[in-house]
Amino acid sequence: MTWSEMQPLLSQACWDTLYMVGWSTLIAVVGGLPLGVLLVLTDRGGLLQNVVANKVLGQVVNIARSMPFIILMVALMSFTRWVTGTTIGREAAIVPLAVGAIPFFARLVETAVREVDGGLVEAVQAMGGNTWTVVRKVLVPESLPSLISSTTTTVVALIGYSAMAGTVGAGGLGDIAIRYGYQRFETQLMWITVAILAVVISLIQFAGDLAARSLHRRGGRSGPAPRLRLLKSKEPAAAEVGKVA
Amino acid sequence: MHPCPGTPTPAHSTVTETHVITTSGLTKVYRSRGREVTALDGVDLHVREGEVYGVIGQSGAGKSSLIRCINLLERPTSGTVTVAGQDLTALAGRGPRAGRELRQARSRIGMVFQHFNLLSSRTVRDNVELPLEILGKSGKERSRRALELLDLVGLADKAGAYPAQLSGGQKQRVGIARALAGDPKVLLSDEATSALDPETTRSILQLLRDLNRQLGLTVLLITHEMDVVKSICDSAALMEQGRVVESGTVSELLATPGSQLAAALFPVDGAASGEDRTVVDVTFHGEAATQPVISQLARTYNIDISILGAAIDTVGGLQVGRMRIELPGRYEDNVVPIGFLREQGLQIDVVDHTAPETLLVKEGAQ
Repeated sequence: MTWSEMQPLLSQACWDTLYMVGWSTLIAVVGGLPLGVLLVLTDRGGLLQNVVANKVLGQVVNIARSMPFIILMVALMSFTRWVTGTTIGREAAIVPLAVGAIPFFARLVETAVREVDGGLVEAVQAMGGNTWTVVRKVLVPESLPSLISSTTTTVVALIGYSAMAGTVGAGGLGDIAIRYGYQRFETQLMWITVAILAVVISLIQFAGDLAARSLHRRGGRSGPAPRLRLLKSKEPAAAEVGKVA
Repeated sequence: MHPCPGTPTPAHSTVTETHVITTSGLTKVYRSRGREVTALDGVDLHVREGEVYGVIGQSGAGKSSLIRCINLLERPTSGTVTVAGQDLTALAGRGPRAGRELRQARSRIGMVFQHFNLLSSRTVRDNVELPLEILGKSGKERSRRALELLDLVGLADKAGAYPAQLSGGQKQRVGIARALAGDPKVLLSDEATSALDPETTRSILQLLRDLNRQLGLTVLLITHEMDVVKSICDSAALMEQGRVVESGTVSELLATPGSQLAAALFPVDGAASGEDRTVVDVTFHGEAATQPVISQLARTYNIDISILGAAIDTVGGLQVGRMRIELPGRYEDNVVPIGFLREQGLQIDVVDHTAPETLLVKEGAQ
């Protein structure tokens, strides 16, 4: 195969992958964020403590996460048809990708939100804030750097899953690698695909890290960490940090 | 670092006889895995309007539970809490979630925390605006009020900084500004200075004192440091194992024989210099403190008096405190001079040097 033959194939595949991953990430965040927050709130000692709801949610998430993606895709066929009207193509692949990613992202959200200092929740309660205020003003904004890292991890995982979407005719880079690289012995094309994937994933990881870090640097922590730093450098240094930033 | 340097601080306090915080029979029992821990055991507290009231005790004494029960962050197991005439325990409802009325009541009670609890994702100004957002104030009003409050705590120039860029003392000032945003009558301080160095502690306490005087703000603070009570409190209570064992104004405590708090607030030290000596603690409070009793005693009975130690303070324009003096001769020889001191209206405790001093006294003396 010459480059002029490969080029349209590859650009179409890239576009397909990004389309599927983009939409399924969006759905995973929209669905997984509230689910993850609910897992924290309903837990023992949480603001909406409800042990039964917590156990049920936890089990649903665990079952969904234990499913290999290829099986999930087949198992969800009828649901996919109900949602998109078809079981093949890019749109059809988005449904199982999103369903698989929601519990994955929810667990990451849960971990991130648990890290938020309980004192902040208490402070907002003492101001007269309700649970919704706590979620909106404390839990989500304070865990934002972690939530961005979690989104990055989810995008990378979804790119991995999307390679299997080729089996339902959805195209994408993984599909090219299997159909051309494996089945037609187009080794060169396969390696190009691998290289593209490596570059795409590195770029996503880099962008995610950058975003998370810039938020972190801005905010830092108001807990014990800066005090430890202050002990080392005393107050004048802290004032300098303020000036530089 | 003084707030509003142009405004002179009123010399006398703003204390009135109205009780602004009252707890009665406040009990809190924690149950976990079948075990019961009683954190509060029938606490009756009366905080007068406009005073700084300190609750002191060692860790585990129940101070934290007490202050969290005042705004019902913790639900008391039994007993009532009344703040500014409103029975908060009646607003609590059954479930663990706070209803609208309780939340409104909370927004009128300011609270500052040991670890500041500022949102790291918000600037100093946005942190101060947070309670105003909860109160549903407009953006313009919020930013005006936030800047006003930051000015009051002396941090107007840090409005755009993030908490991570501030020192501990500055963070606590932001915490105080935030607590004042809802125009509270009452400020609860949960070990607000325990994470700060001694110098910063002093400046934060001074700020609380100034706010108390200028705004007529009632401050209820809990602490494990006797210095905090000593430097700003009008009244104090000592907690031990979930109970209030002593409470009252500073001069009431001084007037109470054997008061541990008074002994810790006005520590006097020193042992007899010889076998046949009598050591006496003289407590001054009220009018008697204005008389030069020690020199009168020396002249009247022609005895030499050594002062071993003294801790005197001026509270409300009157000198209060304690002095430890040594008289020559055994106790039996000094019955008459001691009688003279008692006649002057002073409280006299003959120190039995064999008796061990309490732990609290030693802590306070350090």
